Amino acid sequence: MKGLRFAALGYLAAILVAPVGLIFYRTFERGIGAAWESVTTPEAQHAFWLTLVMVVIAVPLNTVFGVATAMLLERREFRGKAVLNSIIDLPFAISPVVVGLALILVYGRTGWFGDWFAENGIRIIFSTPGMVLATIFVCLPFVVREVQPVLREIGTEQEEAARTLGATPAQTFWRITLPAIRWGVGYGVVLSTARALGEFGAVAVVSGRISGVTETATLRVQERFEAFDPVGAYSASVVLALMGMAVLLFMNLLERRRRRMAA
Amino acid sequence: MASLPASPARPAIAARVPLAGGVAVLYLSVIVLLPLAAVTAKAFEGGIGEFWEQVTQPQAVAALKLTLGISLVVTLINVVMGTIIAWVLVRDDFRGKRLVNTLIDLPFALPTIVAGLTLLALYGSRSPIGIDVAYTRIGVAMALLFVTLPFVVRAVQPTLQEVDRDMEEAAASLGASPWTTFRRVVLPNLRPAIVAGGSLAFARALGEFGSVVLISGNLPYKTEVASVFIFGQIENDNVHGAAAVSVVLLLAAVVLLAAAGRLARR
Repeated sequence: MKGLRFAALGYLAAILVAPVGLIFYRTFERGIGAAWESVTTPEAQHAFWLTLVMVVIAVPLNTVFGVATAMLLERREFRGKAVLNSIIDLPFAISPVVVGLALILVYGRTGWFGDWFAENGIRIIFSTPGMVLATIFVCLPFVVREVQPVLREIGTEQEEAARTLGATPAQTFWRITLPAIRWGVGYGVVLSTARALGEFGAVAVVSGRISGVTETATLRVQERFEAFDPVGAYSASVVLALMGMAVLLFMNLLERRRRRMAA
Repeated sequence: MASLPASPARPAIAARVPLAGGVAVLYLSVIVLLPLAAVTAKAFEGGIGEFWEQVTQPQAVAALKLTLGISLVVTLINVVMGTIIAWVLVRDDFRGKRLVNTLIDLPFALPTIVAGLTLLALYGSRSPIGIDVAYTRIGVAMALLFVTLPFVVRAVQPTLQEVDRDMEEAAASLGASPWTTFRRVVLPNLRPAIVAGGSLAFARALGEFGSVVLISGNLPYKTEVASVFIFGQIENDNVHGAAAVSVVLLLAAVVLLAAAGRLARR
């Protein structure tokens, strides 16, 4: 048992803890001033702001879609249900670069709808809308997959009771179903947020990477690194890592509260 | 309580289902299906011959082979280490176990580009411990190990928690060694979870980009994986080549998902 514990913890230390710890050390080894300066330049602020925009648009849209789709898959019978169910997982398994390319081929200048968008003066690719689409794509499954098992577990008894007592479908949903699935929705939202904050490949392809215009925080990390500015890359990474850790912490709190409620 | 009315809202619900379903399908189409159809169409625009030519050009073949090989190795390592970590988290007890359990999810919460940068800081040319795997296949493998770590752990952990320990105790009392007990009694119960977690990890490794892009150095024929190759082709305006290799990755993703789904249902 001792040997296994040593192997497990050693592996985690080598591949996870030590590298992430070192980034924090490297960021602050020349004092907090340089790091602070680097993440507060106008370009850096714009990058973090743009990342926030991605999260604020993609996560709520995917939450509404996720709850609706989960309800559909768990509460209704219809043709093509199995197909829909398996399509939902696709974004988890597809390379982010392929996602970016796919969006370009539909919404780009030479894409399927390129002419129509150009005629109407709408720019999707190499602009914010395309980046939002990419973010939505990669975060799509989280809410569905977190809500589905909860819906299955709570069953339909309470919903049916409410319906026979004369509640409308809307009332049944808001008063019975939604409160019962709120933990699942919460998890889905938290996971989507983490993914939206951190998406790199799909956004990199559709953004055109124009510094200060279409550069998100993750794109800035690469841009700073390639511009031989390690402090810039490390400090932006640390801010992103802290956001990721905040997400983890929040998930833990959710889990603990859920357990206390269940007990 | 008054007598119950006979569900008056029934027609409304029937009208609502197609509507909600329609909106969901439209959303999925605009964002996922249409773009994926466009990639496939682009890959076969010049016919199957053109597709085949793009996929079999030497640099593409090298990238696909490397991706497949490294992903297999990485998945195997994380299947073993992930099972050990899950075992330690469920059966062992030590101070800080809760923290370790939380840390497992860190690769899911950390942006991939940050993951790549952290590995490069520790195992790159300025390594404080003198290990430099930057721009090597080992570096690429480490990045993939990092991002695929949670899959097997999180698949095996709940199954292991539910396993009935009576059988293990029975096996042990009959004189089976701990290893024999694990192999003959525990492992068969864990196998579906291990395979499901492993296939998700494998799918993730095949398509991974962000964590690999900095540490690999993108050297064609040496460290260039499929996703990085596709990225390069897009930047060089060879959209056909990019789409062709994308379709190969797409196909692998679909097959793996179907396999993992079938296992999960069993």
